[in-house]
Amino acid sequence: MMYLAIVFLPLLGAFIAGLLPRFVGQRGAQLTSTVFLVISALLSFYAFYDVAYLGHETTVEVARWFAIGSFEANWTLRIDTLTAVMLVVVTFVSCLVHIYSWGYMADDPHKARFFAYLSMFTFFMLMLVTSDNFMQVFFGWEGVGLSSYLLIGFWYKKPTANAAAIKAFVTNRIGDFGFALGIMAIFAVFGSLSFDTVFAAVSANSDRIYNFLGIDFNAIELIAILLFVGAMGKSAQFFLHVWLPDAMEGPTPVSALIHAATMVTAGVFLIVRCAPIFDAAPVTSAIVTIIGALTAFFAATIGLVQNDIKRVVAYSTCSQLGYMFFAAGLGMYNVAMFHLFTHAFFKALLFLGAGSVIVGMHHEQDMRKMGGLWRKMPFTWIFMLIGTLALTGFGIPGTSFGFAGFFSKDAVIEGAWMAGDAGRTFGHLAFWVGVVAALMTSFYSWRVIFMTFHGKPNGDAHTFEHAKESPMVMMVPLALLAIGALFAGVMFKKDFIGKYTADFWQGSTVIEGTVFAGYPEKVDTDAVDTDHTPIAGEVSTKEDHGGGYHDIPLWVLWSPFTAMALGFAFSYWLYILHPGRAKKWADQSRFLHPFLYNKWYFDELYDAVLVKNVKRLGDLFWKIGDQKLVDGLGPNGFAALTAVISRKAAKLQSGYVYHYAFVMLIGLVGFVTWSFMRGLGGN
Amino acid sequence: MSDLPYLLSLTTFTPVIGALLLLLFKAFARADDKGIVERNAPAVALVTSLFTFALSILVLIEFNPADPGFQLVEDVSWFAGFHYRMGVDGISILLVLLTTFLMPLCFIASMGVIKKRVTEYMIAFLVLETLMIGVFCSLDIVMFYVFFEAGLIPMYLIIGIWGGDNRVYASFKFFLYTLLGSLLMLIAIITMISIAGTSNIVELLAFDFDPGLQIWLWLAFFASFAVKLPMWPVHTWLPDAHVQAPTAGSVVLAGVLLKMGGYGFIRFSLPMFPIASQTFAPMVLGLSVIAIIYTSLVAFRQTDMKKLIAYSSVAHMGFVTMGLFAMNFIGLQGAMFQMLSHGIISAALFLIVGVIYDRIHTREIAAYGGLVHRMPIYAAIFMLFTMANVGLPATSGFIGEILTLVGVFQVNTWVAFGATTGIILSAIYSLNLYREVIFGEMVNEKLVGITDVTKKEIIMFAPLVVATLVMGLMPALVTDITGPAVEALIERIDAGLALAAPIGGAGD
Repeated sequence: MMYLAIVFLPLLGAFIAGLLPRFVGQRGAQLTSTVFLVISALLSFYAFYDVAYLGHETTVEVARWFAIGSFEANWTLRIDTLTAVMLVVVTFVSCLVHIYSWGYMADDPHKARFFAYLSMFTFFMLMLVTSDNFMQVFFGWEGVGLSSYLLIGFWYKKPTANAAAIKAFVTNRIGDFGFALGIMAIFAVFGSLSFDTVFAAVSANSDRIYNFLGIDFNAIELIAILLFVGAMGKSAQFFLHVWLPDAMEGPTPVSALIHAATMVTAGVFLIVRCAPIFDAAPVTSAIVTIIGALTAFFAATIGLVQNDIKRVVAYSTCSQLGYMFFAAGLGMYNVAMFHLFTHAFFKALLFLGAGSVIVGMHHEQDMRKMGGLWRKMPFTWIFMLIGTLALTGFGIPGTSFGFAGFFSKDAVIEGAWMAGDAGRTFGHLAFWVGVVAALMTSFYSWRVIFMTFHGKPNGDAHTFEHAKESPMVMMVPLALLAIGALFAGVMFKKDFIGKYTADFWQGSTVIEGTVFAGYPEKVDTDAVDTDHTPIAGEVSTKEDHGGGYHDIPLWVLWSPFTAMALGFAFSYWLYILHPGRAKKWADQSRFLHPFLYNKWYFDELYDAVLVKNVKRLGDLFWKIGDQKLVDGLGPNGFAALTAVISRKAAKLQSGYVYHYAFVMLIGLVGFVTWSFMRGLGGN
Repeated sequence: MSDLPYLLSLTTFTPVIGALLLLLFKAFARADDKGIVERNAPAVALVTSLFTFALSILVLIEFNPADPGFQLVEDVSWFAGFHYRMGVDGISILLVLLTTFLMPLCFIASMGVIKKRVTEYMIAFLVLETLMIGVFCSLDIVMFYVFFEAGLIPMYLIIGIWGGDNRVYASFKFFLYTLLGSLLMLIAIITMISIAGTSNIVELLAFDFDPGLQIWLWLAFFASFAVKLPMWPVHTWLPDAHVQAPTAGSVVLAGVLLKMGGYGFIRFSLPMFPIASQTFAPMVLGLSVIAIIYTSLVAFRQTDMKKLIAYSSVAHMGFVTMGLFAMNFIGLQGAMFQMLSHGIISAALFLIVGVIYDRIHTREIAAYGGLVHRMPIYAAIFMLFTMANVGLPATSGFIGEILTLVGVFQVNTWVAFGATTGIILSAIYSLNLYREVIFGEMVNEKLVGITDVTKKEIIMFAPLVVATLVMGLMPALVTDITGPAVEALIERIDAGLALAAPIGGAGD
């Protein structure tokens, strides 16, 4: 019952806000949907406690969906720790975003529609994370895609917003193409869509060969790679990332909820959920690692030079998602989830903080026109500082002092090193990429702070004078998220990735044979080894690599910290000590800066290679294929032949060719009837 | 077994009775009363079609889904060896229901829109309804043929008389395409009857034709059904026919007439010529994939709304043929589902175009833009059906597509791979259409005074909205009815293949 309420209250809210604004009014719509989400969030907190700490896992059957032979899926709420974590993330951020939007969207004439979309999104996201089969995941998956499309294009008068919305939907569909094929492959190999059935059968099928497109694949690898293509689309990984920055055309609360905290992490969730599959697919896991690392690096480089405050945060999201992916690719599913969890808080905080700046600056997003705002917007400044410290992973290695990102991101980076030591492909590479990306993360994050809040006001003096702190209703969500950004790491590290990790996850994902317990306390080696018991439901096929993650070399431990400090120092030097120098460098740069500023020319490349050719092909098929070849040789050629004859005849009589055709048809039917009667009579 | 004898016949011929009534009114009305007949004809037609729908609901109630065979069978000996045979099974009953469900909507859509020869228009549609129901209910192959071909005549007239400016070309093209197919099918039917010695479909279904002959018979039927469906490359009549047809004509064309091709495959080609079906399955699968990719790309480039939806129809029917010739349970179930789903979604999309065509009198996409400002309810309905067309889960479109894909994946991954690109391409053209028509600023001055959907139009769309969502969320309502019949069909195909296995070697 409680779970039904968590999932379906947002849907009810969406219905009321979307279909009945005439009866409840704009304000009523806003109020109902928000209240429903607050209830849903509170229940989710309880559910999290109940499931993750009291161990009350449960599965709620809601209704039958379809069953065609063994191809069946039902509406089901499967609540285990993994789901419970996602429930908290989704409903908590969503309810804060609902509240925040009261302020942010205060002047918008279509508030009811906005809240309806937000609640609808939340419903689909909850369906996604509570699923116990691949079909319901896909349902939620496509549903969040739809909501995202609607919300990016919320300001539908703007052509850029419409274009961005379509780009998001279509790029996601390219991912879904892989996901859908993955589902087909799963059914073809396992004959079921249920998680439990499929996961239980993975080890029995680990050597199975499946022929796909004429190539013999290992069945598990094939499934894993197809699912990963889906995850790449939703989580904006390299090649399919192009939609995420453009998605910033949507209202900022949307960016915080969908394009930072929840929807874009669905890909990570999918991989963690399907950990038994990925764990049995070493090649795919290596691909996941390399794509994740590449994304972490590449998005960070672009983030360095962007001037739109939201775009910087967007690229930062893309980059952090890369971290989560390579963590998952290296088999650290719990670490990936931990980073997803903490990231949700501080990234939503940064987005909503950026939104507060944007509102304060009267919808100015260009950081070059900001500066010195800390005096005008002190609270926003403080919250943004907290978010930045959390994102850059500020904390003292070897102690329990640190912001949320410190515990999760550093665990990802250090874990990568240890995984590399343990023989995971690309482990060490991922470590180095992670360190370099951390340096860049620190640089661009501080760059945002310095360009926005410090230095001289660079924009329109009038706008600056009128810049003011945002209303309470926007500050409270920021404050709550700031609490998360401060404490989510230190509070939960032992449960998510530390020594209680097995008890915490309870088999809801695969936890590496060696527990990542070594951070930040100095860990007693024996304790870890005794902890090393197989976890229920675990289908790990890897051998035990002995060493484990606990003896992290000191230099590895300090690397992310050093990177972060260097990034900060360089940013400070460039933007505070030598303002103006950055611009000069940028102007002088012939290759690197334009390359980064233009996002590695991905949009141009895709436009030239894909978009243009798809259009060309469409025209070719239509104008040459259909009109010239098919019609020309077929009906038109025939018609031209008959036209000469029929025109004369037609003129004589009614003047319409079709009358003739009609008569012909009648004659035909008559002839047929006659010949039948004869034929049958003869028999 | 039925308490209501001749229920199927009653359902089938009720529309024609309505048409006759209209004819009588028209013929016997005094000159100055002709206007009254013209005015009331739509109401008579609507009531008739609603009554027919009620009768078809009765058929559904009488129908026992667990029984895979034909039910409500009527068999009356006629003359000269002819039999009048009617019956429905799990495959045909829902197509009957689709027809009777869509017809009242057609009449609602036509009210106030058709200005000339109203009575004749209504008569044409009522006759068409009878013929379409007859196609699905016939248990005699000769009757089937007569209904199948005669259905062309009213459609032909509808396009030719009440169509757009270029209606003559369109109807002529439509006619030319279907003519060749019909002739070949006719020859095939005559051959079948002379060999099997019966025109009873039930007996023909149990008859095993010689594998060599199956090839020829299959090809002859294929010529007819492929055009009807239509399959690539014999699809080019459809966009023209749609563009010229009045809205209700497009609804019937896309909603029901195309399904007659799919029905033909599933009723005749697959069970009667299983060996030939298996032989040609790769070809059909190939054509299906081409249809999906090719026509989706063409749809993307269209500037005329109806043409775009027409091409999209061809692509979606590609999923039907793909599912059918996967020749397995999931694929066939998916194909059946996709036919019904497409019947509803394409009907809705053509009605959606009709709504703005009635107001602005153009189908040019470029003439629109920013309609959401004036027509929010319309925009919401359009969005729902755009998403259904894209195959979003929770709509019926998704179930049909995923089932056919899952079915074909087990047979040929290339085909599944190619067809799955359809989910990307459909998103491209559908969302582009939606953006161009609904979003953005209102630039065209003619649009400023445009009004949102009327009560009449809401009544027209409501059943379609409900049907799409219910089928998407509770597809078992459909698949439970089609299931046993499809299962029996699979058994029949397997038996046909097994029987011919030793001979099949020689047939090669």
